[in-house]
Amino acid sequence: MSKISEIFETLEYGPAPESAALADEWLDAHERAFGHFIGGVFTESNEAQAFQTANPATGEPIASIRQGTADDVDGAVSAARAAHEGWWALGPHGRARHMYALARGMQKHGRLFAVLETMDNGKPIRESRDLDIPLVARHFYHHAGWAQLMEEELPGYGPVGVVGQIIPWNFPMLMLAWKIAPALAMGNTVVLKPAEFTSLTALLFAELCVEAGLPAGVVNVVTGDGATGAALVAHPGVDKITFTGSTDVGRIIREATAGSGKRLSLELGGKSPFIVFDDADLDSVVEGVVDAIWFNQGQVCCAGSRILVQEGVSAELERKLRARMETLRMGDPLDKAVDMGAIVAPVQLERIQELVEEGRSEGAEVWQPSWSAPKEGWFYPPTLCTNVEPSGTLAQVEIFGPVVVMMSFRTPSEAVALANDTRYGLAASIWSENVNLTLDVAPKVKAGTVWINCTNLFDAASGFGGYRESGYGREGGKEGLWEYVRADWEVDAPQEPVSPPPVQGEARTAVEGVPPIDRTPKLYIGGKQARPDGNYSLPQVGVDGVVLGEVGRGNRKDVRNAVEAARKVQAGWGARTAHNRAQILYYLAENLSIRQAEFASRVADLRGDQAAAGLEVEASIARLFAYGAWADKWEGRVHHTPFRNVTLAMPEPIGVVAAVCPEAAPLLGFVSCLAPLIAMGNTVVLVPAEHAGIVATDFYQVLETSDVPGGVVNIITGLHDELVPTLADHDDVDGCWFFGDSAGAADVERRSIGNMKRTWVTHGLTRDWHDRVQGEGAEFLREATQIKNIWVPYGE
Amino acid sequence: MTTLDPPVRKRSGMPTKTNGPSPVDLREGDRNPGIPLDLEWVRRIGVNRSAVERRAAALGARRSVKKEWQAAWLLKSITLMDLTTLAGDDTPARVRRLCAKARQPLRRDLLEALGMSPGQIRVGAVCVYHQMVDTAVRALDGSGIPVAAVSTGFPHGLSPLSTRLAEIRASVDAGAEEIDIVITRGNALNGDWNALYDEIAAFREACGAAHLKTILATGELGTLRNVARASLVCMMAGADFVKTSTGKEGVNATLPVGLTMTRAVRAYAERTGYAVGFKPAGGIRMAKEALLWLILMKEELGTAWMQPELFRFGVSSMLGDVERQLEHHVTGRYSATHRHPMA
Repeated sequence: MSKISEIFETLEYGPAPESAALADEWLDAHERAFGHFIGGVFTESNEAQAFQTANPATGEPIASIRQGTADDVDGAVSAARAAHEGWWALGPHGRARHMYALARGMQKHGRLFAVLETMDNGKPIRESRDLDIPLVARHFYHHAGWAQLMEEELPGYGPVGVVGQIIPWNFPMLMLAWKIAPALAMGNTVVLKPAEFTSLTALLFAELCVEAGLPAGVVNVVTGDGATGAALVAHPGVDKITFTGSTDVGRIIREATAGSGKRLSLELGGKSPFIVFDDADLDSVVEGVVDAIWFNQGQVCCAGSRILVQEGVSAELERKLRARMETLRMGDPLDKAVDMGAIVAPVQLERIQELVEEGRSEGAEVWQPSWSAPKEGWFYPPTLCTNVEPSGTLAQVEIFGPVVVMMSFRTPSEAVALANDTRYGLAASIWSENVNLTLDVAPKVKAGTVWINCTNLFDAASGFGGYRESGYGREGGKEGLWEYVRADWEVDAPQEPVSPPPVQGEARTAVEGVPPIDRTPKLYIGGKQARPDGNYSLPQVGVDGVVLGEVGRGNRKDVRNAVEAARKVQAGWGARTAHNRAQILYYLAENLSIRQAEFASRVADLRGDQAAAGLEVEASIARLFAYGAWADKWEGRVHHTPFRNVTLAMPEPIGVVAAVCPEAAPLLGFVSCLAPLIAMGNTVVLVPAEHAGIVATDFYQVLETSDVPGGVVNIITGLHDELVPTLADHDDVDGCWFFGDSAGAADVERRSIGNMKRTWVTHGLTRDWHDRVQGEGAEFLREATQIKNIWVPYGE
Repeated sequence: MTTLDPPVRKRSGMPTKTNGPSPVDLREGDRNPGIPLDLEWVRRIGVNRSAVERRAAALGARRSVKKEWQAAWLLKSITLMDLTTLAGDDTPARVRRLCAKARQPLRRDLLEALGMSPGQIRVGAVCVYHQMVDTAVRALDGSGIPVAAVSTGFPHGLSPLSTRLAEIRASVDAGAEEIDIVITRGNALNGDWNALYDEIAAFREACGAAHLKTILATGELGTLRNVARASLVCMMAGADFVKTSTGKEGVNATLPVGLTMTRAVRAYAERTGYAVGFKPAGGIRMAKEALLWLILMKEELGTAWMQPELFRFGVSSMLGDVERQLEHHVTGRYSATHRHPMA
């Protein structure tokens, strides 16, 4: 029997290898040893400070990579700093031209990049060739466009400066593009630290930068492990750090950069739900699962690793999944007919094995197809785990491997509850043929990206990023650009003076022998005035040194109560119509204006200047009007992603937000925090200025007469040192605004790591609250919202 | 390192003999008798077009068949062809020429070079209009190649029911072993599944021992959901094959349509244990497309459905390209049309 006549009977696929010849040639040309790329030139390789990068499919070393030292990082940061002025001076069109050249270069050398990526990472060539590399080119094209349009689209903003970028090993080139493209477009220069397992394509990209004529120092690549990354994070010459990787490392970076003034965006882990309703096209769902969890061997931060399926179709879906798993093909990632390649490194393979064993010991039923994974190299078969409860390890921990758990639900609300039963919030996928159902569930799921009847779709025009402990900031789309710009006014803004210590004022004297009626206010929690738990109060001293009154001195338990009250009503407040929230803001303005004279006199007592006090109250009324206006006008976008779908970028409230108000403008600062947050659907815990909190307490009656539902606004007066740490620590507070001094800002950032809450601090910069750019508007609205991208493919 | 080829899936209730090259047994033994119309199932079936299109687009990107494997698959594709002529100017001589090609679709020297014996490669059937059935039956006498007749007012299907039934009987009487009927599209478009079911059941009865292939004319059904529902109803009514197109609609066999129909076939087989065949037809001209359709079959239904009992291509010109590709495999040089005998 000839070979052909044998295959004629078996109808097997046979091997279909992609040639590695050109990639090998490139490696050989470099003698398989690489240095860093600093200031437009490659440094020497150095065997003494090197490690090997290996091919996960064989375990064989491919090349020697240099371990970056603090000196290397310093050299790269200096090069980036030196290049920065020139890069910015090129202007929008000049930068666009360079980025366009990079995009073209990526396309021209697409296959070499794809093959090298697969050799270094272990992902199937089909993915690197058809998904990763085309998306890289697309990212540069798209952002060449943003470079061109920056002046029109982001007026009043300039670059941040030198950006340190640390990327993971799961999508080495794609993450490089996600980081570098927007940074360059907005006029920044970068120092990139690729993951130690997968540095090769970043080095090839460095060569492309030279070939494309990118000015030296605009892009620098320093290779190395976590120590190199730490040196980059710690470098004082870096203005911003962007990181994609695990939540644990994200936490370390947040802590390390706290108080440094460095901006930070983090794209971290996930445990994304994949929700299947009983009317879904189950055959398509099965392919969706393949794309969700067996794409890139499940080493995807947004992998749909928790299948939540409606009980009635659970058995059928499980049967279909098992059948499909039998036909997945695992093997040499350079084979064009392979669905799954190798796990990036032995350490990752061991982690997957350990977690699955842990799940098994907890009672999970672990199912794998009948075929066995290749023995050579680092492979792990596709795995389906059932009999897993939400409390199980496999349901909670990010495995970062081809392992999916399957759990069932009964109703849409139970599906939402299970979907949100995680610390993460990166992505979600919802499958149903009922548009009413999908569009009802999508906003309720806590995730930065929601894919309806699809999964793991990415595009440069759509922002990607997380809620909760999946991080903050977006990559892609207009929403992603804000991570790489700084408002022009900030550049020259002076530091705010450090808050003065509390003063002991003189007691107010009795008038004609009769003491004034004591008005010691309480705290404002859940719509009621509540006595402070500790039952202490603080004097509020006016400009003339006379005690104007006392305010409650809130403590830890008051914070707890306020956050609970805010949490309880947040979903309901966020779900109200924007028109309704606007009406309440206008009503607040109306009731404040009725008491204009009273507030003016209070501000004057505190600050002394009668005329200025009058203006501050006027401005506060106007500010409430402004956010009443914005409430139904801060709209999302429909992104032009290259699929037949609408990609809805919706601003959603952050949730429960704590805001520590500035001392500078007692009433206006307070209103400037309160109004944008509640206009966008957040509920708030406000800590008024320590020395001027009495104004906020005057505001209780305004709130009470303006139909503000109880719990939407909570106010705790007291000492910031006592209140702010508790709020910044609190794991049920989703965001924290802090308009105090630098020391306080550092503390807020440091403490935010418990739940990776989003923080907004200005590191003590003086903000002119009367200025409509600095004190009101777009920046506040952006900080009061997070963008959720909902992908809705259509077509019957 | 080796690439693993996963084993063929075993389905409960599936006739295992479909795995082997034994067409006669299957025709006699495991023919789909149909089931009562299950309207709840028909209405419940959901097809998400965007997801189906993504999967269809990924099929060719996820799989690749090269070298000897490609040659073997192309040889296989010849045995799956319903070599077709459905033109107004068909004459007996034209049909005889087609039948001669059907008997010997590939040059003998190529067969030998590929290590195949001459008896191994013949086409699945010859497909003609009723008037040509007799000619074709004679021309194919002794070859074992069945004659398929398009029927029931092909391609529109709008002649009186009695005429359409008579047409089937006439073709069966003339020796056609396979009848390719067209459905009344209006029934599917209006959701009149009862009417569609009754019509197909009547056709099936008229066919007797001849096999019934139901052409959905998917290009005129508007949506993939309709395609899935119509496929299911035809199978319930006793179809032996579901077929995409007449070749006369504006849009013929597309991969998303094929994916939808094969999934309906799978659902039916899983539910009833009966294996129904699938025939894409219209516009398939290139060897590359043949490979793509075979990949679709292997992925969605397994190798059992890559046999002539359960899969056919309705083609008129694809054979020529397959011949050229096979010669290229043998010689290493690109071939030319005139080097292969015409059909």
